[in-house]
Amino acid sequence: MSEQPVLRVQSVSKRFGGVHALENVSLELNPGEVLALAGDNGAGKSTLIKIISGVHQPDEGQIFYDGAEVNFENPHKAREQGIETIYQDLALADNLDVGANVFLGREPLKRMFGLPVLDRKRMRNEAAEALRVLDIRINRFDLPLRSLSGGQRQAVAIGRAIHWKAKVLIMDEPTAALGVPEQRKVIALIKSLKQSGVGVIFISHNLVDIFAVSDRIVVLRRGQKVGETATQATNSDEIVRWMVGG
Amino acid sequence: MASIPLDDTVSERTTWASSVRVWVASMRAWIFFFALVIGFEVWARMEYHTTFLLNPFNASSIAVFAVGPLLLALGQTFVVISGGIDLSVGFTMGFAAVVFSKILNATTGAVWDPLAFLLAAAVALLASAIPGLINGLLIAKLRIPPFIGTLGMYGVARGTAYLLAGGTTVPISNPLVSFIGNGSLFSVPITVLVTVVITGAMMFLLSQSRFGQHVYAIGGSRQASLRAGINVARNTVALYVLSALTAGIGGILYTARFTAGAAQAGEPLLLDSIAAVVIGGASLFGGSGTITGTVIGALIIAIIQYGLVFVNVEPFWQFVAVGIVIIISVLVDQTQKQLSGGRSDE
Repeated sequence: MSEQPVLRVQSVSKRFGGVHALENVSLELNPGEVLALAGDNGAGKSTLIKIISGVHQPDEGQIFYDGAEVNFENPHKAREQGIETIYQDLALADNLDVGANVFLGREPLKRMFGLPVLDRKRMRNEAAEALRVLDIRINRFDLPLRSLSGGQRQAVAIGRAIHWKAKVLIMDEPTAALGVPEQRKVIALIKSLKQSGVGVIFISHNLVDIFAVSDRIVVLRRGQKVGETATQATNSDEIVRWMVGG
Repeated sequence: MASIPLDDTVSERTTWASSVRVWVASMRAWIFFFALVIGFEVWARMEYHTTFLLNPFNASSIAVFAVGPLLLALGQTFVVISGGIDLSVGFTMGFAAVVFSKILNATTGAVWDPLAFLLAAAVALLASAIPGLINGLLIAKLRIPPFIGTLGMYGVARGTAYLLAGGTTVPISNPLVSFIGNGSLFSVPITVLVTVVITGAMMFLLSQSRFGQHVYAIGGSRQASLRAGINVARNTVALYVLSALTAGIGGILYTARFTAGAAQAGEPLLLDSIAAVVIGGASLFGGSGTITGTVIGALIIAIIQYGLVFVNVEPFWQFVAVGIVIIISVLVDQTQKQLSGGRSDE
C-alpha cells in the first residue's frame, strides 16, 4: 500500500494566548499504517490530534484528507468524513447496550403504524457485524456496557469507528486504563484494524506498546516535531532522548 | 486473522451476576406492588371479611388517586433519566390550574362550552410550558444545576399562581369540565382514561423515539452524547418543557375534578412524583428508568394512601410508609450501582 497518504498535516501551528502549543508541525499518515505519536506531557500531542479531529482549528498550516484540503469546524464534521477519535474515557454511554452505543447520535429509524421508531434490531445486528469483522466476541448484546470488561468496551468504541467507515482512527492512550492482558488485546485489535486499511494515529506514553504496534514514530517536544523514524530503524533509547531532549 | 478472545470466561461470570442484580433492581417496584396488594388484601379479609382490590370501587378510587402524582411523575421520569430533577412541577401544575380556571370563567357563557374548554386548556398548556422552557434554558445554556434552577422556578411559579388567583381558589362552572373531572365512560373515570392515553404516549416517546434514546444517553454520559453529536442543550430544554406540560395537564384535570383551580393544587404532589419515579426504578444518578416503572410507583403510592384509609389506620401513617418505600428503593439502586462497579465517566 504505497498510494497517497490518507492524511497530511502541513506546517500546522497553534497558539493559546502567548503559548505556542504547536509550531510548524507536519506529518503524513498512509492507509493501513499505524503512526505512533510520542512525547512528554505538554509536548503538543493532544493539541495536534484535536486539530486533526476538528476540536481546534489551526492558526497556520493546512490539513489534507484524502487528497483534498479540509477545514473541520467541529468534531462532528470530521467524523462525518471518516476521522474518528477514541478518547481515553472512550465516550461511551455505559447505561446503553452495544448497538445503542455504536449508533449513538445516528440511530436508524423504521416506521411503525406510520410513526418513526428506533430500529433496535438493525442496531444490534449491525453492531454485531462490526464487531465480528474485528474478530471480537461479545456474548450478550442486550446488556448495558457497564457490565462489559475494559477491553470489550474499547472494542465497542473501535467497532463504532469501523462501522462508520473511519479511514483515520485517532486513539488517545487506548491502553492506559487497562490491565496487562487487556492491553495485549487492544494491541491485537489495532493490528487487525491495520489489515483492514485504516490509518491509525496512536498516542501513548508506553514505549513497549509503541514498539509493539507502530510502523512509524513521530516525537513531539514543546510543540515541535523533533524526530520521525520508522519503528524498525530505532530503539527506545533514541525515542526517549528525543522526548526529553538529551 | 487471529481471533481475539476478550476474556470470555470472566465476562460470562460478571454478566450473569450483574444481570441478576439488574433484574432484582429493576423488579423492585413490582415486588413492592405485589407485597402491598397482597398485604392489604389479607388485612381486609382478616379484619373486615371483605375484599380490597377485587372491589371495583376501590380499584377505581386508587386509579383516580394515582392520576395527579402520575401525571407529574411522567415528565419527571424523563428529567430524572437525563440526570436532572424538576422541583417546580407542583406549582407549575397549580399555575396551570389557575390559568385554566381564569380563562374558562372568562369564556364560559360567551362561547360554546366545549370551545371554552379547548381554549382554556390550550392557554393553560402554553402557560405551563413557560416555566419548563425557562428551566430548560437555565439548565442547558447557563449550566445551572437542575436542583437549584427548578427550586428557583418553584418559588416563581408558586408566587405567580397565587398572585393570579388573588390568593384564593378559583371556582369554575362549566358542565362539560365537571363531567370530564367526575364522569365515567364505560365505568372508567374520564380523568383515568385521559391519563392512560398520555401515559401510552410518554411510553412510546421514551422507549421508541430517538428523543427518548438521547435522554438515556445524556443521563448515561453527557460527554459521550456531546461527542456523538447529540444536541444535548436542545434535548435538555425539550425534556423540561415536557415535564412542565404533563404538570399542566395535571392542573387541568385537577380543576375539572374539584371544579376549582388552586395555586396549591400540586403542592403535595411534587414529592409524590419524585417518589413514584424513584420507586419505579429510575436512578437519581440518571441513565435509567421506565414509564412502566413510574406507573407502578404512582400506583404504589396511591395504594398506600387509599389502603391505609381503607383498613382504618390513621392517615398520617401514609407519609411514613411512602417515606420508607422511597428509602428502600434508593438503597436498592445504590447497592446495585456499587456492585456493578459504578460509572467511569465524570
